[in-house]
Amino acid sequence: MSMPFYVSPEQLMKDRADFARKGIGRGRSVVAVQHADGVLFATENPSQALHKVSEIYDRIAFAAVGRYNEFENLRIAGVRLADMRGYAYDRRDVTGRGLANAYAQTLGTIFSSGGEKPYEVELFVAEIGDTAADDQLYRLTYDGQVADEHGFAVMGGAADVVGGYLEERYTEGASLADAVRLAVAALGHTDADDRVIPATDLEVAVLDRTRSQPRKFTRLRAARLDELLGERGPAEHAPADAAGGPGADGSDGSDEPPIAPV
Amino acid sequence: MRDPRLPAAFLQPGTSSFSDFLADQAPDLLPGRRAVPQGHAGGQAGDLAPHGTTIVAATFGGGVVMAGDRRATMGNIIAQRDIEKVFPADEFSAVGIAGSAGIAVEMVRLFQTELEHYEKIEGTTLSMDGKANRLAALIRGNLGMAMQGLAVVPLFAGYDLASDSGRIFSYDVTGGRYEETAFHSVGSGSLFARGSLKKLYRADLDESGCVTAVVQALYDAADDDSATGGPDLTRRIFPVVQVITADGGRRLADADVAAVADQVIAGRMARPDGPVAPLVEGGQA
Repeated sequence: MSMPFYVSPEQLMKDRADFARKGIGRGRSVVAVQHADGVLFATENPSQALHKVSEIYDRIAFAAVGRYNEFENLRIAGVRLADMRGYAYDRRDVTGRGLANAYAQTLGTIFSSGGEKPYEVELFVAEIGDTAADDQLYRLTYDGQVADEHGFAVMGGAADVVGGYLEERYTEGASLADAVRLAVAALGHTDADDRVIPATDLEVAVLDRTRSQPRKFTRLRAARLDELLGERGPAEHAPADAAGGPGADGSDGSDEPPIAPV
Repeated sequence: MRDPRLPAAFLQPGTSSFSDFLADQAPDLLPGRRAVPQGHAGGQAGDLAPHGTTIVAATFGGGVVMAGDRRATMGNIIAQRDIEKVFPADEFSAVGIAGSAGIAVEMVRLFQTELEHYEKIEGTTLSMDGKANRLAALIRGNLGMAMQGLAVVPLFAGYDLASDSGRIFSYDVTGGRYEETAFHSVGSGSLFARGSLKKLYRADLDESGCVTAVVQALYDAADDDSATGGPDLTRRIFPVVQVITADGGRRLADADVAAVADQVIAGRMARPDGPVAPLVEGGQA
Protein backbone atom coordinates (compact mmCIF):
# COMPACT_ATOMS: atom_id res chain seq x y z
CA MET A 1 0.00 0.00 0.00
CA SER A 2 1.39 3.36 -0.95
CA MET A 3 1.65 6.08 1.65
CA PRO A 4 -0.01 9.37 0.82
CA PHE A 5 2.76 11.99 1.11
CA TYR A 6 2.04 15.47 2.35
CA VAL A 7 2.81 18.11 -0.28
CA SER A 8 2.48 21.72 0.78
CA PRO A 9 0.19 23.88 -1.36
CA GLU A 10 3.14 26.13 -2.17
CA GLN A 11 5.12 23.20 -3.50
CA LEU A 12 2.14 21.88 -5.44
CA MET A 13 1.56 25.19 -7.19
CA LYS A 14 5.25 25.63 -7.85
CA ASP A 15 5.47 22.20 -9.44
CA ARG A 16 2.47 22.90 -11.63
CA ALA A 17 3.87 26.28 -12.66
CA ASP A 18 7.27 24.76 -13.47
CA PHE A 19 5.56 22.10 -15.53
CA ALA A 20 3.58 24.66 -17.53
CA ARG A 21 6.53 27.00 -17.95
CA LYS A 22 8.71 24.19 -19.25
CA GLY A 23 6.15 23.30 -21.89
CA ILE A 24 5.77 26.93 -22.98
CA GLY A 25 9.52 27.57 -23.05
CA ARG A 26 10.03 24.86 -25.66
CA GLY A 27 8.09 26.68 -28.39
CA ARG A 28 9.27 29.58 -30.49
CA SER A 29 8.36 33.10 -29.47
CA VAL A 30 5.40 35.15 -30.64
CA VAL A 31 5.83 38.90 -30.83
CA ALA A 32 3.05 41.49 -30.67
CA VAL A 33 3.89 45.04 -31.70
CA GLN A 34 1.55 48.03 -31.58
CA HIS A 35 1.96 50.48 -34.42
CA ALA A 36 0.14 53.43 -35.93
CA ASP A 37 -2.49 51.37 -37.79
CA GLY A 38 -3.11 48.64 -35.24
CA VAL A 39 -1.43 45.61 -33.74
CA LEU A 40 0.96 43.26 -35.49
CA PHE A 41 1.72 39.65 -34.55
CA ALA A 42 4.71 37.75 -35.81
CA THR A 43 6.21 34.33 -35.17
CA GLU A 44 8.41 31.84 -36.90
CA ASN A 45 6.07 29.07 -37.98
CA PRO A 46 6.80 27.18 -41.18
CA SER A 47 3.37 25.51 -41.12
CA GLN A 48 0.80 27.15 -43.37
CA ALA A 49 -2.08 25.29 -41.80
CA LEU A 50 -1.46 25.24 -38.05
CA HIS A 51 -1.71 28.86 -37.07
CA LYS A 52 -0.53 30.46 -33.87
CA VAL A 53 -2.18 33.79 -34.70
CA SER A 54 -5.88 33.88 -35.53
CA GLU A 55 -8.92 36.05 -35.92
CA ILE A 56 -11.51 36.01 -33.16
CA TYR A 57 -13.84 38.82 -34.19
CA ASP A 58 -14.02 42.11 -36.07
CA ARG A 59 -11.38 43.91 -34.03
CA ILE A 60 -10.06 41.10 -31.87
CA ALA A 61 -7.20 38.72 -32.55
CA PHE A 62 -5.61 35.88 -30.66
CA ALA A 63 -2.06 34.57 -30.56
CA ALA A 64 -0.68 31.68 -28.56
CA VAL A 65 2.38 29.66 -27.73
CA GLY A 66 2.58 26.27 -26.10
CA ARG A 67 0.63 23.13 -26.81
CA TYR A 68 -1.25 23.33 -30.08
CA ASN A 69 -4.21 21.18 -29.05
CA GLU A 70 -4.75 23.21 -25.91
CA PHE A 71 -4.61 26.68 -27.41
CA GLU A 72 -6.59 25.57 -30.45
CA ASN A 73 -9.34 24.54 -28.03
CA LEU A 74 -9.19 27.96 -26.38
CA ARG A 75 -9.25 29.70 -29.75
CA ILE A 76 -12.37 27.84 -30.87
CA ALA A 77 -14.04 28.57 -27.55
CA GLY A 78 -13.19 32.24 -28.03
CA VAL A 79 -14.65 32.32 -31.54
CA ARG A 80 -17.81 30.65 -30.26
CA LEU A 81 -18.10 33.08 -27.36
CA ALA A 82 -17.54 36.11 -29.58
CA ASP A 83 -19.90 34.98 -32.34
CA MET A 84 -22.60 34.06 -29.85
CA ARG A 85 -22.35 37.40 -28.06
CA GLY A 86 -22.24 39.34 -31.32
CA TYR A 87 -25.31 37.48 -32.57
CA ALA A 88 -27.29 37.78 -29.35
CA TYR A 89 -26.42 41.46 -28.78
CA ASP A 90 -24.51 43.41 -31.39
CA ARG A 91 -21.14 43.31 -33.09
CA ARG A 92 -19.99 46.32 -31.05
CA ASP A 93 -20.69 44.46 -27.82
CA VAL A 94 -17.96 41.89 -28.32
CA THR A 95 -14.93 43.18 -26.44
CA GLY A 96 -11.38 42.03 -26.00
CA ARG A 97 -11.64 42.67 -22.28
CA GLY A 98 -14.59 40.29 -21.97
CA LEU A 99 -12.76 37.62 -23.89
CA ALA A 100 -9.54 38.05 -21.92
CA ASN A 101 -11.55 37.76 -18.73
CA ALA A 102 -13.20 34.51 -19.86
CA TYR A 103 -9.82 33.06 -20.81
CA ALA A 104 -8.28 34.14 -17.49
CA GLN A 105 -11.06 32.55 -15.46
CA THR A 106 -10.84 29.35 -17.48
CA LEU A 107 -7.04 29.05 -17.30
CA GLY A 108 -7.04 29.99 -13.60
CA THR A 109 -9.60 27.36 -12.72
CA ILE A 110 -7.79 24.64 -14.63
CA PHE A 111 -4.46 25.62 -13.09
CA SER A 112 -5.65 25.45 -9.51
CA SER A 113 -7.93 22.43 -9.82
CA GLY A 114 -6.21 19.28 -8.65
CA GLY A 115 -7.71 16.96 -11.23
CA GLU A 116 -6.50 18.42 -14.50
CA LYS A 117 -2.99 19.10 -15.66
CA PRO A 118 -2.42 22.83 -16.17
CA TYR A 119 -2.59 24.14 -19.72
CA GLU A 120 0.88 24.67 -21.18
CA VAL A 121 -0.09 27.82 -23.04
CA GLU A 122 0.34 31.55 -23.02
CA LEU A 123 -1.97 33.84 -24.95
CA PHE A 124 -2.23 37.31 -26.39
CA VAL A 125 -5.64 38.85 -26.86
CA ALA A 126 -5.54 42.13 -28.76
CA GLU A 127 -8.31 44.54 -29.64
CA ILE A 128 -7.95 47.64 -31.77
CA GLY A 129 -9.99 50.78 -31.27
CA ASP A 130 -10.62 53.80 -33.45
CA THR A 131 -7.25 55.32 -32.60
CA ALA A 132 -3.91 53.90 -31.50
CA ALA A 133 -4.60 55.13 -27.97
CA ASP A 134 -7.64 52.82 -27.77
CA ASP A 135 -5.71 49.69 -28.77
CA GLN A 136 -5.43 47.03 -26.11
CA LEU A 137 -3.09 44.13 -25.75
CA TYR A 138 -3.58 41.52 -23.02
CA ARG A 139 -1.20 38.79 -22.14
CA LEU A 140 -2.55 35.74 -20.34
CA THR A 141 -0.40 33.18 -18.64
CA TYR A 142 -1.02 29.47 -17.91
CA ASP A 143 -2.26 30.25 -14.38
CA GLY A 144 -4.88 32.77 -15.47
CA GLN A 145 -2.99 35.97 -14.78
CA VAL A 146 -3.78 38.87 -17.08
CA ALA A 147 -1.35 41.63 -17.88
CA ASP A 148 -2.17 44.75 -19.86
CA GLU A 149 0.77 45.25 -22.22
CA HIS A 150 1.79 48.49 -23.90
CA GLY A 151 3.83 48.93 -27.04
CA PHE A 152 5.10 45.42 -27.52
CA ALA A 153 5.09 42.02 -25.84
CA VAL A 154 6.81 38.69 -26.33
CA MET A 155 5.94 35.21 -25.10
CA GLY A 156 7.27 31.69 -25.61
CA GLY A 157 10.84 30.40 -25.72
CA ALA A 158 13.65 32.99 -25.83
CA ALA A 159 11.15 35.66 -24.76
CA ASP A 160 13.82 37.49 -22.73
CA VAL A 161 16.27 37.81 -25.59
CA VAL A 162 13.63 38.86 -28.10
CA GLY A 163 12.02 41.20 -25.57
CA GLY A 164 15.36 42.82 -24.83
CA TYR A 165 15.93 43.46 -28.52
CA LEU A 166 12.50 45.10 -28.83
CA GLU A 167 12.99 47.11 -25.65
CA GLU A 168 16.01 48.83 -27.17
CA ARG A 169 14.49 49.56 -30.57
CA TYR A 170 10.75 49.95 -30.18
CA THR A 171 9.28 53.35 -31.06
CA GLU A 172 5.68 54.39 -30.71
CA GLY A 173 3.52 55.18 -33.73
CA ALA A 174 5.71 53.36 -36.26
CA SER A 175 4.41 52.48 -39.73
CA LEU A 176 3.35 48.93 -40.59
CA ALA A 177 6.52 48.31 -42.61
CA ASP A 178 8.73 49.48 -39.73
CA ALA A 179 6.78 47.37 -37.25
CA VAL A 180 7.13 44.26 -39.45
CA ARG A 181 10.86 44.83 -39.89
CA LEU A 182 11.37 45.31 -36.16
CA ALA A 183 9.29 42.26 -35.18
CA VAL A 184 10.97 39.97 -37.70
CA ALA A 185 14.45 41.17 -36.78
CA ALA A 186 13.63 40.58 -33.11
CA LEU A 187 12.51 37.01 -33.84
CA GLY A 188 15.78 36.27 -35.61
CA HIS A 189 17.86 37.74 -32.82
CA THR A 190 19.76 35.55 -30.38
CA ASP A 191 22.57 36.34 -27.98
CA ALA A 192 25.03 34.73 -30.37
CA ASP A 193 24.03 36.21 -33.71
CA ASP A 194 21.21 37.60 -35.87
CA ARG A 195 19.53 35.33 -38.39
CA VAL A 196 17.46 36.38 -41.39
CA ILE A 197 14.28 34.30 -41.24
CA PRO A 198 12.89 33.39 -44.70
CA ALA A 199 9.52 35.03 -45.39
CA THR A 200 7.98 31.61 -46.05
CA ASP A 201 8.79 30.54 -42.47
CA LEU A 202 7.04 33.54 -40.95
CA GLU A 203 3.49 33.78 -39.75
CA VAL A 204 2.55 37.46 -39.61
CA ALA A 205 -0.91 38.90 -39.14
CA VAL A 206 -2.27 42.34 -38.31
CA LEU A 207 -5.34 43.97 -36.91
CA ASP A 208 -5.46 46.84 -39.37
CA ARG A 209 -7.60 49.86 -38.54
CA THR A 210 -7.32 51.17 -42.11
CA ARG A 211 -9.19 48.21 -43.66
CA SER A 212 -12.60 49.29 -44.93
CA GLN A 213 -14.27 45.98 -44.01
CA PRO A 214 -15.61 45.52 -40.47
CA ARG A 215 -13.28 42.54 -40.05
CA LYS A 216 -9.90 44.11 -39.45
CA PHE A 217 -7.81 40.96 -39.19
CA THR A 218 -5.61 40.09 -42.12
CA ARG A 219 -2.67 37.79 -42.70
CA LEU A 220 0.45 39.08 -44.43
CA ARG A 221 1.54 36.35 -46.86
CA ALA A 222 5.12 35.70 -47.95
CA ALA A 223 4.93 37.89 -51.09
CA ARG A 224 3.59 40.88 -49.16
CA LEU A 225 6.14 40.29 -46.40
CA ASP A 226 9.03 40.32 -48.85
CA GLU A 227 7.70 43.61 -50.14
CA LEU A 228 7.48 45.10 -46.64
CA LEU A 229 10.76 43.71 -45.37
CA GLY A 230 12.82 44.79 -48.35
CA GLU A 231 16.32 43.46 -48.95
CA ARG A 232 17.61 41.63 -45.88
CA GLY A 233 20.50 39.50 -47.11
CA PRO A 234 20.62 35.70 -47.38
CA ALA A 235 17.87 33.96 -45.43
CA GLU A 236 18.46 31.00 -43.20
CA HIS A 237 15.98 28.39 -41.98
CA ALA A 238 15.86 27.71 -38.28
CA PRO A 239 18.53 25.21 -37.25
CA ALA A 240 16.96 21.87 -36.38
CA ASP A 241 18.53 21.75 -32.91
CA ALA A 242 17.91 25.39 -31.98
CA ALA A 243 16.70 26.41 -28.58
CA GLY A 244 13.17 26.26 -29.93
CA GLY A 245 13.44 22.52 -30.55
CA PRO A 246 12.78 20.74 -33.82
CA GLY A 247 9.01 20.69 -33.74
CA ALA A 248 6.68 23.59 -33.37
CA ASP A 249 5.20 24.19 -29.98
CA GLY A 250 5.68 21.79 -27.18
CA SER A 251 7.17 18.91 -29.16
CA ASP A 252 10.78 18.51 -28.23
CA GLY A 253 11.10 15.18 -29.99
CA SER A 254 11.68 13.16 -26.84
CA ASP A 255 8.84 11.91 -24.71
CA GLU A 256 6.26 14.34 -26.10
CA PRO A 257 3.74 13.21 -28.69
CA PRO A 258 4.20 14.94 -32.04
CA ILE A 259 1.91 17.93 -32.40
CA ALA A 260 2.75 20.05 -35.39
CA PRO A 261 4.24 18.36 -38.48
CA VAL A 262 6.88 20.93 -39.32
CA MET B 1 -23.34 34.95 -18.77
CA ARG B 2 -23.19 34.57 -15.00
CA ASP B 3 -20.16 32.28 -14.77
CA PRO B 4 -17.20 34.20 -16.16
CA ARG B 5 -15.52 30.97 -17.20
CA LEU B 6 -15.93 29.54 -20.67
CA PRO B 7 -18.63 26.87 -20.44
CA ALA B 8 -17.34 23.32 -20.91
CA ALA B 9 -19.32 22.93 -24.13
CA PHE B 10 -17.38 25.83 -25.68
CA LEU B 11 -14.11 23.98 -25.13
CA GLN B 12 -15.31 20.73 -26.65
CA PRO B 13 -14.12 19.99 -30.14
CA GLY B 14 -17.03 19.48 -32.44
CA THR B 15 -19.13 21.35 -34.90
CA SER B 16 -17.87 24.24 -36.99
CA SER B 17 -21.45 25.30 -37.67
CA PHE B 18 -22.64 28.24 -35.61
CA SER B 19 -26.33 27.39 -35.97
CA ASP B 20 -25.71 23.82 -34.79
CA PHE B 21 -23.78 25.17 -31.83
CA LEU B 22 -26.57 27.61 -31.09
CA ALA B 23 -29.15 24.82 -31.32
CA ASP B 24 -27.24 23.00 -28.55
CA GLN B 25 -26.34 25.94 -26.34
CA ALA B 26 -29.00 28.60 -26.79
CA PRO B 27 -31.84 27.22 -28.92
CA ASP B 28 -34.04 30.19 -28.03
CA LEU B 29 -31.79 32.40 -30.17
CA LEU B 30 -32.63 30.51 -33.36
CA PRO B 31 -35.30 32.31 -35.38
CA GLY B 32 -37.15 29.13 -36.28
CA ARG B 33 -37.36 27.84 -32.70
CA ARG B 34 -39.59 30.57 -31.36
CA ALA B 35 -43.10 29.38 -30.69
CA VAL B 36 -45.82 31.38 -32.38
CA PRO B 37 -49.16 31.06 -30.59
CA GLN B 38 -51.51 28.77 -32.46
CA GLY B 39 -54.95 29.78 -33.52
CA HIS B 40 -55.62 33.21 -34.78
CA ALA B 41 -52.33 33.55 -36.61
CA GLY B 42 -53.03 31.77 -39.88
CA GLY B 43 -53.02 34.13 -42.79
CA GLN B 44 -53.25 37.05 -40.39
CA ALA B 45 -49.77 36.82 -38.87
CA GLY B 46 -48.50 38.01 -42.20
CA ASP B 47 -50.48 41.23 -41.84
CA LEU B 48 -49.13 41.93 -38.36
CA ALA B 49 -45.52 42.24 -39.39
CA PRO B 50 -43.86 44.03 -42.28
CA HIS B 51 -43.25 42.11 -45.48
CA GLY B 52 -40.33 42.54 -47.80
CA THR B 53 -41.18 42.38 -51.44
CA THR B 54 -39.14 42.13 -54.64
CA ILE B 55 -35.54 40.96 -55.08
CA VAL B 56 -33.88 40.42 -58.46
CA ALA B 57 -30.50 38.97 -59.37
CA ALA B 58 -28.75 38.54 -62.70
CA THR B 59 -25.35 37.21 -63.73
CA PHE B 60 -22.92 38.83 -66.13
CA GLY B 61 -19.56 37.77 -67.52
CA GLY B 62 -17.53 38.84 -64.48
CA GLY B 63 -19.95 38.17 -61.66
CA VAL B 64 -23.47 38.70 -60.41
CA VAL B 65 -25.71 41.64 -59.47
CA MET B 66 -28.46 41.56 -56.84
CA ALA B 67 -30.92 44.35 -56.23
CA GLY B 68 -33.95 44.92 -54.04
CA ASP B 69 -36.59 47.60 -53.84
CA ARG B 70 -36.96 49.58 -50.60
CA ARG B 71 -40.56 48.98 -49.59
CA ALA B 72 -41.92 46.94 -46.70
CA THR B 73 -45.69 46.48 -46.48
CA MET B 74 -48.08 45.47 -43.73
CA GLY B 75 -51.32 44.56 -45.40
CA ASN B 76 -52.31 47.68 -47.30
CA ILE B 77 -49.97 49.92 -45.27
CA ILE B 78 -46.48 50.86 -46.36
CA ALA B 79 -44.53 49.93 -43.24
CA GLN B 80 -41.21 51.36 -44.35
CA ARG B 81 -40.01 53.25 -47.41
CA ASP B 82 -36.28 52.73 -47.09
CA ILE B 83 -35.88 49.20 -45.77
CA GLU B 84 -32.81 47.31 -46.95
CA LYS B 85 -33.40 43.78 -48.12
CA VAL B 86 -30.14 42.90 -49.84
CA PHE B 87 -27.23 42.06 -47.55
CA PRO B 88 -23.70 40.82 -48.07
CA ALA B 89 -23.55 37.27 -46.66
CA ASP B 90 -19.76 37.20 -46.82
CA GLU B 91 -17.09 38.63 -49.07
CA PHE B 92 -18.24 36.76 -52.18
CA SER B 93 -21.96 36.34 -51.72
CA ALA B 94 -25.13 38.26 -50.98
CA VAL B 95 -28.57 37.34 -49.81
CA GLY B 96 -31.81 39.14 -50.59
CA ILE B 97 -34.95 38.55 -48.57
CA ALA B 98 -38.61 38.44 -49.36
CA GLY B 99 -41.29 37.54 -46.84
CA SER B 100 -41.64 38.39 -43.15
CA ALA B 101 -39.03 41.10 -42.70
CA GLY B 102 -38.35 40.59 -38.98
CA ILE B 103 -37.64 36.89 -39.25
CA ALA B 104 -35.84 37.32 -42.55
CA VAL B 105 -33.43 39.92 -41.15
CA GLU B 106 -32.72 37.67 -38.18
CA MET B 107 -32.11 34.75 -40.52
CA VAL B 108 -29.68 36.84 -42.56
CA ARG B 109 -27.78 37.72 -39.39
CA LEU B 110 -27.61 34.06 -38.46
CA PHE B 111 -26.47 33.15 -41.97
CA GLN B 112 -23.76 35.82 -41.96
CA THR B 113 -22.51 34.60 -38.59
CA GLU B 114 -22.68 31.01 -39.81
CA LEU B 115 -20.39 31.71 -42.79
CA GLU B 116 -17.96 33.82 -40.78
CA HIS B 117 -17.87 31.28 -37.95
CA TYR B 118 -17.04 28.45 -40.32
CA GLU B 119 -14.32 30.54 -41.94
CA LYS B 120 -12.71 31.38 -38.61
CA ILE B 121 -12.87 27.87 -37.18
CA GLU B 122 -11.84 25.98 -40.29
CA GLY B 123 -9.46 28.59 -41.70
CA THR B 124 -11.12 28.36 -45.11
CA THR B 125 -14.40 29.53 -46.64
CA LEU B 126 -17.28 27.25 -47.50
CA SER B 127 -17.77 26.37 -51.16
CA MET B 128 -20.54 28.21 -52.99
CA ASP B 129 -22.71 25.08 -52.87
CA GLY B 130 -21.89 24.63 -49.20
CA LYS B 131 -23.12 28.14 -48.45
CA ALA B 132 -26.29 27.60 -50.49
CA ASN B 133 -26.97 24.36 -48.59
CA ARG B 134 -26.46 25.98 -45.19
CA LEU B 135 -28.99 28.64 -46.10
CA ALA B 136 -31.41 25.89 -47.18
CA ALA B 137 -31.01 24.28 -43.75
CA LEU B 138 -31.82 27.57 -42.00
CA ILE B 139 -34.97 28.03 -44.10
CA ARG B 140 -36.03 24.46 -43.38
CA GLY B 141 -35.77 25.28 -39.66
CA ASN B 142 -38.31 28.03 -40.17
CA LEU B 143 -40.96 25.78 -41.74
CA GLY B 144 -43.16 25.84 -38.64
CA MET B 145 -43.41 29.62 -38.77
CA ALA B 146 -43.86 29.56 -42.54
CA MET B 147 -46.94 27.36 -42.06
CA GLN B 148 -48.39 30.08 -39.85
CA GLY B 149 -47.91 32.77 -42.41
CA LEU B 150 -44.43 33.98 -41.46
CA ALA B 151 -42.52 32.63 -44.44
CA VAL B 152 -39.06 33.71 -45.51
CA VAL B 153 -37.98 33.14 -49.10
CA PRO B 154 -34.48 34.43 -49.80
CA LEU B 155 -32.53 34.69 -53.00
CA PHE B 156 -28.86 33.85 -52.74
CA ALA B 157 -26.20 34.93 -55.20
CA GLY B 158 -22.45 34.94 -55.23
CA TYR B 159 -19.26 34.62 -57.14
CA ASP B 160 -17.98 31.05 -57.23
CA LEU B 161 -14.19 31.20 -57.09
CA ALA B 162 -13.98 27.52 -58.07
CA SER B 163 -15.88 27.91 -61.34
CA ASP B 164 -15.09 31.63 -61.87
CA SER B 165 -18.68 32.61 -62.45
CA GLY B 166 -21.63 34.29 -60.80
CA ARG B 167 -24.28 31.89 -59.49
CA ILE B 168 -27.84 32.35 -58.25
CA PHE B 169 -29.87 30.10 -55.96
CA SER B 170 -33.55 30.34 -55.18
CA TYR B 171 -35.42 28.61 -52.35
CA ASP B 172 -38.88 27.54 -51.33
CA VAL B 173 -40.33 27.67 -47.81
CA THR B 174 -39.50 24.01 -47.16
CA GLY B 175 -35.79 24.66 -47.75
CA GLY B 176 -35.75 23.40 -51.32
CA ARG B 177 -32.73 24.82 -53.09
CA TYR B 178 -32.72 25.46 -56.81
CA GLU B 179 -29.90 26.84 -58.90
CA GLU B 180 -31.07 29.40 -61.44
CA THR B 181 -29.38 30.27 -64.71
CA ALA B 182 -28.80 33.84 -65.86
CA PHE B 183 -31.37 35.65 -63.71
CA HIS B 184 -34.08 35.17 -61.13
CA SER B 185 -36.43 37.12 -58.93
CA VAL B 186 -38.42 36.47 -55.73
CA GLY B 187 -41.17 38.27 -53.85
CA SER B 188 -44.54 39.72 -54.65
CA GLY B 189 -43.39 41.64 -57.72
CA SER B 190 -41.19 38.81 -58.97
CA LEU B 191 -43.51 37.78 -61.81
CA PHE B 192 -43.30 41.22 -63.39
CA ALA B 193 -39.58 41.56 -62.70
CA ARG B 194 -38.88 38.19 -64.26
CA GLY B 195 -40.97 39.02 -67.31
CA SER B 196 -39.06 42.25 -67.66
CA LEU B 197 -35.67 40.55 -67.33
CA LYS B 198 -36.70 37.94 -69.89
CA LYS B 199 -36.90 40.69 -72.50
CA LEU B 200 -33.99 42.80 -71.30
CA TYR B 201 -31.40 40.26 -70.24
CA ARG B 202 -28.61 39.29 -72.59
CA ALA B 203 -25.73 36.97 -71.78
CA ASP B 204 -23.20 39.54 -73.07
CA LEU B 205 -24.21 42.30 -70.63
CA ASP B 206 -21.36 43.92 -68.74
CA GLU B 207 -21.55 45.06 -65.12
CA SER B 208 -23.17 48.44 -65.76
CA GLY B 209 -25.57 46.93 -68.32
CA CYS B 210 -26.55 44.28 -65.81
CA VAL B 211 -27.18 46.93 -63.13
CA THR B 212 -29.41 48.86 -65.54
CA ALA B 213 -31.31 45.66 -66.42
CA VAL B 214 -32.11 44.88 -62.75
CA VAL B 215 -33.14 48.49 -62.04
CA GLN B 216 -35.46 48.32 -65.09
CA ALA B 217 -36.86 45.03 -63.78
CA LEU B 218 -37.54 46.57 -60.35
CA TYR B 219 -39.26 49.51 -62.04
CA ASP B 220 -41.53 47.09 -63.93
CA ALA B 221 -42.25 45.20 -60.71
CA ALA B 222 -43.18 48.45 -58.93
CA ASP B 223 -45.28 49.47 -61.93
CA ASP B 224 -47.60 46.49 -61.59
CA ASP B 225 -47.24 45.34 -57.96
CA SER B 226 -48.51 47.67 -55.25
CA ALA B 227 -46.23 46.09 -52.63
CA THR B 228 -43.05 46.89 -54.55
CA GLY B 229 -41.63 50.38 -54.19
CA GLY B 230 -40.50 52.25 -57.26
CA PRO B 231 -37.70 54.82 -57.25
CA ASP B 232 -38.72 57.55 -54.79
CA LEU B 233 -37.75 60.76 -56.59
CA THR B 234 -38.85 63.21 -53.93
CA ARG B 235 -36.97 61.48 -51.14
CA ARG B 236 -34.19 60.21 -53.41
CA ILE B 237 -34.59 56.60 -52.26
CA PHE B 238 -33.33 54.10 -54.81
CA PRO B 239 -32.84 50.31 -54.85
CA VAL B 240 -30.00 48.66 -52.96
CA VAL B 241 -27.67 47.12 -55.55
CA GLN B 242 -24.96 44.65 -54.59
CA VAL B 243 -22.33 43.72 -57.19
CA ILE B 244 -20.12 40.66 -56.65
CA THR B 245 -17.10 39.93 -58.80
CA ALA B 246 -13.83 38.02 -58.42
CA ASP B 247 -12.59 40.97 -56.33
CA GLY B 248 -15.37 40.52 -53.79
CA GLY B 249 -18.73 42.11 -53.19
CA ARG B 250 -19.59 45.76 -52.82
CA ARG B 251 -22.73 47.80 -52.49
CA LEU B 252 -23.07 50.38 -55.21
CA ALA B 253 -22.97 53.92 -53.86
CA ASP B 254 -26.38 55.61 -53.65
CA ALA B 255 -25.23 58.25 -56.11
CA ASP B 256 -24.35 55.61 -58.71
CA VAL B 257 -27.70 53.86 -58.34
CA ALA B 258 -29.44 57.23 -58.48
CA ALA B 259 -27.71 57.98 -61.80
CA VAL B 260 -28.91 54.66 -63.28
CA ALA B 261 -32.41 55.17 -61.89
CA ASP B 262 -32.58 58.71 -63.31
CA GLN B 263 -31.60 57.31 -66.71
CA VAL B 264 -34.27 54.62 -66.49
CA ILE B 265 -36.91 57.18 -65.47
CA ALA B 266 -35.88 59.54 -68.27
CA GLY B 267 -36.45 56.70 -70.73
CA ARG B 268 -39.83 55.91 -69.19
CA MET B 269 -40.90 59.53 -69.59
CA ALA B 270 -40.79 58.92 -73.33
CA ARG B 271 -42.11 55.34 -73.16
CA PRO B 272 -43.70 54.41 -69.81
CA ASP B 273 -43.57 50.67 -70.54
CA GLY B 274 -39.80 50.73 -70.91
CA PRO B 275 -37.42 49.61 -73.64
CA VAL B 276 -38.83 47.69 -76.57
CA ALA B 277 -37.51 44.23 -77.41
CA PRO B 278 -37.35 43.05 -81.03
CA LEU B 279 -40.31 40.89 -82.14
CA VAL B 280 -38.13 38.23 -83.66
CA GLU B 281 -34.52 37.47 -82.94
CA GLY B 282 -32.24 39.83 -84.80
CA GLY B 283 -35.18 41.97 -85.96
CA GLN B 284 -35.46 45.70 -85.55
CA ALA B 285 -37.17 47.15 -82.53
